[in-house]
Amino acid sequence: MAELRQQLLVLHLHTPDLNSPVVAWAMYDGTGKTRYTTGDSDAPPYNSVIEAMQDGWRVIQFPQQFPAFPGMEYHTSYLRFEYILEKLEEI
Amino acid sequence: MVDKQYLLTTEQMANFVADGYLRFDDFIPDELNKAAHEEMQSGVQIRGGGGTVLDDVWHDDSAVGKVFRLPQVQGIIESLVGEAPLFDHHATHIVRPQSQHGQIWHADAIIDIRMHFDIQFFYFSHDTPREMGGTMILPGSHFRRVCETDIARYQNFLSQHPIVCNAGTLVVVHHGMWHCAQPNLTEDTRYMYKLRLNPTVRQLKLWNTEDLNAPGIRGILSRNHRWYGNDVRLEIVNRIKLWRFLIGDESYDVGYWLSRLENMPENIQNVA
Repeated sequence: MAELRQQLLVLHLHTPDLNSPVVAWAMYDGTGKTRYTTGDSDAPPYNSVIEAMQDGWRVIQFPQQFPAFPGMEYHTSYLRFEYILEKLEEI
Repeated sequence: MVDKQYLLTTEQMANFVADGYLRFDDFIPDELNKAAHEEMQSGVQIRGGGGTVLDDVWHDDSAVGKVFRLPQVQGIIESLVGEAPLFDHHATHIVRPQSQHGQIWHADAIIDIRMHFDIQFFYFSHDTPREMGGTMILPGSHFRRVCETDIARYQNFLSQHPIVCNAGTLVVVHHGMWHCAQPNLTEDTRYMYKLRLNPTVRQLKLWNTEDLNAPGIRGILSRNHRWYGNDVRLEIVNRIKLWRFLIGDESYDVGYWLSRLENMPENIQNVA
């Protein structure tokens, strides 16, 4: 039986809508063949989560949404609409 | 005090507030770049540690010291953090030849969460083409409160900006700027000198304010760097707050943003 390893694709979207544009992206390769790094591409691999799903990526995490705590409404930090997708690859 | 001609303009200050950085290409004379490069290779010697008055930090013959004593550099310092800032720390950042992987995204120490801000200089003493790096910055990230490498699993953003430059380029950033060193695929070692400064005076109209009411300021403060998506309005609110602090005008607005909150209907006594 073939051994499988995860490829992870992390897409950050403009809004929580899975059709909305990608604003940031990262990839992690569980096969060990490729080590992705910061600043290694100028354009996202897909324009939306839906487009990645159409290419066979499976969504494994939806971002939870929480209202801002009182007094924290203008505070910003991490990107909020982070989707994690996977593909399994034979090694 | 440096001559007014060397101070930043209001437009440059607005760009700093919106983008979190200013970039000065081909800014330092070549003979100083060469001497500073040699000094970085052998190690930049300083007097005193964090909290030392900046002017006391370098020996008189230090090439790096001479760079930061140039009037055009003093003008940037005075405009952002005042005449006699404190030295926080410095570091010569070195990326060895054939370094295939970039540094993880991070912000430097964000311990001080007051509206007052520190500045960090990135000084490139030699040519830095893309295959050599240089430092990647994320314009508009300076208001985002994260703890150093909390952002390490990010890799790429729309509008990320690699500092690819000629020798003698100086970049100054707000201390909250997200950044990371980029791979160096060449056979030469890459050097970048970083210097962090703390203000000792209220950061209030320290620049050349002759163009304080320039019509382009509102557009600059409303800039969209795209990578923060739906949060652009929150970014603009944070910029308005810093701009009010810098110009000393608590009524400033780029439109009907914070001023709508200053309409206080609950305080009106004589309702019909």
